[in-house]
Amino acid sequence: MLIVLVLGGFLGATLVRLAPGYGIDEEELDTRLSEQSVQALRQSHATEENLPRFYFGYLSKLLHGDLGVSQSLHRPVRQLLAERFPETLKSVGLGLALAWLAGLSLAIASVMSRLWIIDLATGLLASILLCVPAAVLALLFVIAQAPGRLVIGLIVFPKIFYYARNLLAASASLPHVVTARAKGLGGWRVLLWHILPVAGPQLLALAGVSISLAFAAAIPVEVLCDIPGIGQLAWQAALGRDLGLLVILTMLVTLVTLVANSGAELVAQPLRSGDA
Amino acid sequence: MRRIRIAAILFLAVVGATCLMANLVAPDSYAHQFRDIPDATPSLHHLLGTDDLGRDRFSRLLYGTRVSLLLAPAAALLSSLLAALLGGAAGFVGGWLERCVMAVTDLFLAMPWLFLLITVRALLPLNVSPLVSVAITFALLGCLGWAAAARVVCADARALCGSNFVLLARASGASGFHLLWRHLIPNLTPILYAQFWISIPVFILTEANLGILGLGVAEPLPSWGGLLRELESFSSLSAQPWKFAPLILLIVTVSCFHIAVRKQEAWA
Repeated sequence: MLIVLVLGGFLGATLVRLAPGYGIDEEELDTRLSEQSVQALRQSHATEENLPRFYFGYLSKLLHGDLGVSQSLHRPVRQLLAERFPETLKSVGLGLALAWLAGLSLAIASVMSRLWIIDLATGLLASILLCVPAAVLALLFVIAQAPGRLVIGLIVFPKIFYYARNLLAASASLPHVVTARAKGLGGWRVLLWHILPVAGPQLLALAGVSISLAFAAAIPVEVLCDIPGIGQLAWQAALGRDLGLLVILTMLVTLVTLVANSGAELVAQPLRSGDA
Repeated sequence: MRRIRIAAILFLAVVGATCLMANLVAPDSYAHQFRDIPDATPSLHHLLGTDDLGRDRFSRLLYGTRVSLLLAPAAALLSSLLAALLGGAAGFVGGWLERCVMAVTDLFLAMPWLFLLITVRALLPLNVSPLVSVAITFALLGCLGWAAAARVVCADARALCGSNFVLLARASGASGFHLLWRHLIPNLTPILYAQFWISIPVFILTEANLGILGLGVAEPLPSWGGLLRELESFSSLSAQPWKFAPLILLIVTVSCFHIAVRKQEAWA
């Protein structure tokens, strides 16, 4: 995880450096400034010409919590994040809760009932949602005046449903589960004692992946439903070509995803060793 | 199920052929403005009416379908080739190269797709010609969408390198190039083929999202994303249901791709 984070930091710093207009101060365009003042301004950026020093400076600033100032919004990035990140966490949390509740329940219903009509209906619902762009779903929710945060749930739901259904179906066809069923064990008992423990580690891995999916869905949803979160902030930064802010946002979301994935892996490990 | 699959493939073939012949089928150019009839209702000459600039919606739908339906496979081809190159090399060589490639893959997989895409898109100029914007949009999709496929290809290449027939070939004195050309590439082709087909609907949907957000293909060139922006004027939607035509075509086409590639998904 540390290597990935360092790589992410370098990638972010490279993007900032490659951005058009990097290293040029807007004040240089002020015609009232003398040649000496312009030279002094350029000198102040001279330290950034040195590549290793630039990368080191960028990363050390990040590590010290100095996230800089947004070029497009002219406000400290830390302040923007403090205002907007909780909103996105609320949207993503609600969306994930909805997606997991609906996805897992329908996957369990589809696998345990073994009725073709339930399988068809749940599959059809997930297929339709899988084929609609997130932005269109958000627009439809705006038209219907429904809470936009729910859209994130609808976008993540089909992926959770399909993976969970395949995992549960694979676990349900294992010889010991078929034997348990044949011996007359009740449906719930088979599910809780034999199917879920086998599928558990992979479901936890899916939980980590679903967080990344939810954050990605937050961009169109927050933009179109006018939710002031970091998805909307990322879009504003993209239109304003504020690469510094965009890189910070991407790295922040990557960090959250990596921590969630590592957490899921930590929880899944004892389950896997228990299986073995 | 087989019949549904055949129907889906037939639908895709018809849509593909129609949009390829957009020059012949479309009644007007996608950019031609009928300034005396903006926002017209459907008629014999304008099957889906005209937009607020007086451009024929049906023609724009045909040309937009051509852009999205031809360039999404091109982006999928690019991402599959990158996945083959990076994943295949990592799995074949192993050691430090595999560790490096997998670290980069992990990074790409951990970054939410749309965040990464709009970050790199912001790096490139926004006020470019329509053709350049098409190239940028789909090249970005291709260049950034390789990570998941590379992971699968790497795992498969590693498994192949340890398989009995490769060990036998190695023991018989086969060179690295021979192993790669005669044993690895032919066996990796089905996986790459599956990854290619799976990527197409993903890229179509991503372009649609980017288009609606104003970060996709530039006007006046139409694409599905750009055409869907008309849905933003939702006050008029109930009175003009034909504005939903691009959305319906997009959903049906992506559904057909999902049905058609179901076998490929099992491979991947």
